[in-house]
Amino acid sequence: MSFQADSLTWGIGRRTVLHGLTFSVVPGQMLGLLGPNGSGKTSLLRLLAGLKTPAGGRVLLDGADLRRLPRRDVARRVAFVEQHAGTTANLTVEDVVRLGRFPHRRPLAGWGPADAQAVEAALDRAGMTAKRRDGWHSLSGGEKQRAQIARALAQTPHELILDEPTNHLDIQHQIGLLRLIAGLGITSVLSLHDLNHAAMFCDRLLVLHHGHIVADGPPATVLTEALLRDVFSVQATVEQDPQTGRPHIRYLR
Amino acid sequence: MRAAGAAPLPFGVFLLAGLGLLLLAVGLNVGVGDLRIPLTTTFYAITNALGWTAEPLNRIHETVIWDYRLSRSLVAACCGAGLALSGAVMQSLLRNPLAEPYVLGISAGASTGAVAVVILGVGFGAGLGAASLSAGAFAGAFAAFAFVALLSDGTRSGADRTILAGVAASQLFNAVTAYIVTTSANAQQARDVMFWLLGSFGGVRWPDFMLVSAAVALGLAGCLLYARILDAFSFGDDAAAALGVNTGRARMVLFAITALMTATIVSMVGSIGFVGLVVPHAVRFAVGPLHGRLLPGCAVAGALFMVLADLASRVLVPQQILPVGVVTALVGVPVFSLILYRVQRAS
Repeated sequence: MSFQADSLTWGIGRRTVLHGLTFSVVPGQMLGLLGPNGSGKTSLLRLLAGLKTPAGGRVLLDGADLRRLPRRDVARRVAFVEQHAGTTANLTVEDVVRLGRFPHRRPLAGWGPADAQAVEAALDRAGMTAKRRDGWHSLSGGEKQRAQIARALAQTPHELILDEPTNHLDIQHQIGLLRLIAGLGITSVLSLHDLNHAAMFCDRLLVLHHGHIVADGPPATVLTEALLRDVFSVQATVEQDPQTGRPHIRYLR
Repeated sequence: MRAAGAAPLPFGVFLLAGLGLLLLAVGLNVGVGDLRIPLTTTFYAITNALGWTAEPLNRIHETVIWDYRLSRSLVAACCGAGLALSGAVMQSLLRNPLAEPYVLGISAGASTGAVAVVILGVGFGAGLGAASLSAGAFAGAFAAFAFVALLSDGTRSGADRTILAGVAASQLFNAVTAYIVTTSANAQQARDVMFWLLGSFGGVRWPDFMLVSAAVALGLAGCLLYARILDAFSFGDDAAAALGVNTGRARMVLFAITALMTATIVSMVGSIGFVGLVVPHAVRFAVGPLHGRLLPGCAVAGALFMVLADLASRVLVPQQILPVGVVTALVGVPVFSLILYRVQRAS
């Protein structure tokens, strides 16, 4: 198993955001996290990345409690791409990607061939090699997102966590990004708003509603008209795409 | 800040040129004053003392160089280096281009602590004069920092809120300082204390240099050990934590280092503003934002800036010495305004 959440609970003040979630992620799986705004997607992703400590329950990574693992060890295998990465420092794309080697380098160790190789491979995979000398502030939204994904890939992770990676991107870049993630072949957990994109690319979908898991399974069984009505409060018909066999949602006015 | 891509200057060239200019500036600074001393005399005075040359020199010149001006110039260099470093570290940790010890009220807090020790005799009394002065300044610096951190809710708030908290801290601590001075100080003490509010290198000697150079050298070494961690903070606390940084510990260590440097400097020469603001921005422009280069660059450029400011403070008005804080503010405030303007446009 990759991640295992074991009756995971988390809250802000008195409000409980996540109510005892239990699920596990199969290695190599692309898991899409769905749910309306405020359903607890971001909180869950941050718990999985170890950026928050659960109020109850635990997250296991390959059977080990995430809280007992040193931060640096976690960062060597779990990479996190947050929703709005921003900086005042005008780093180049290459500088940003090199940050991904931080957990792999001893404090005073130099820049090794393994580091250089990982950065080259990450730039290449994210399609950012040509932009490597560009400054952060000159990048478009899609390029910033790709640079962050390249940084995450430079960590050579087994698990990749992304919080709404397609937000604020135009349609071409949304599809391009999802295709990139689906083609990585590593375990990935990502939150998405576009249900059709989730159906097209994810191996499995997990739907959160008020901090509870209300559906969990392959897109074809999760995305039903009843779920769209009860969880997302929209009227829609769900058809099967004749080419991919995946569900396709048609929203009604 | 705007210059993208590779730094316009190779780092080695920048550092060497900076050090060369620093030596030259120190030499000039030593020569300027009521008694003008040529650069060659300064040069020979130093090489004589090191035993490299045996040039016969005017005894008065030698005394003035050794006992007054050289120590003063070197203290100025150390203070500039320390303040610029502190500014660079604070800007990175708070992710705020306007952060620096003076703007955030840390210098004001340190002044209050130092003044409390001098006038109220808080601390250990006369026996440990310099040490209790530094301890008072350190306590004040830390109190001011805690105040700003509480008021601005740590780093979660935007740039403007931290700066507003800094304004409040400056006002509060300056008011406390003024209160202590007006209620408890005699006329002589009040005059002496004035320099904490504006900064002055008058009266610093070799023991001061020993103390401040040790503090700044330790600070530089500590910051350099954390250079990569500071890089990892570029995209904020969560991004740093996700890269494996123990963010709480890093933040504490780095703030302690900057507080230690600032407090040592302020207890010695008063609060000198805007050095920590002007220098890091200029250096970023020349060597880029990565801390492995930025921090040593700031140390050298800060030292150079401060020695030049000291020089200017002594030659701008004939027969009179301006407080050095006046000179740094004259340069710093326009730069502050420029950055503020840019920040507002960006957000």
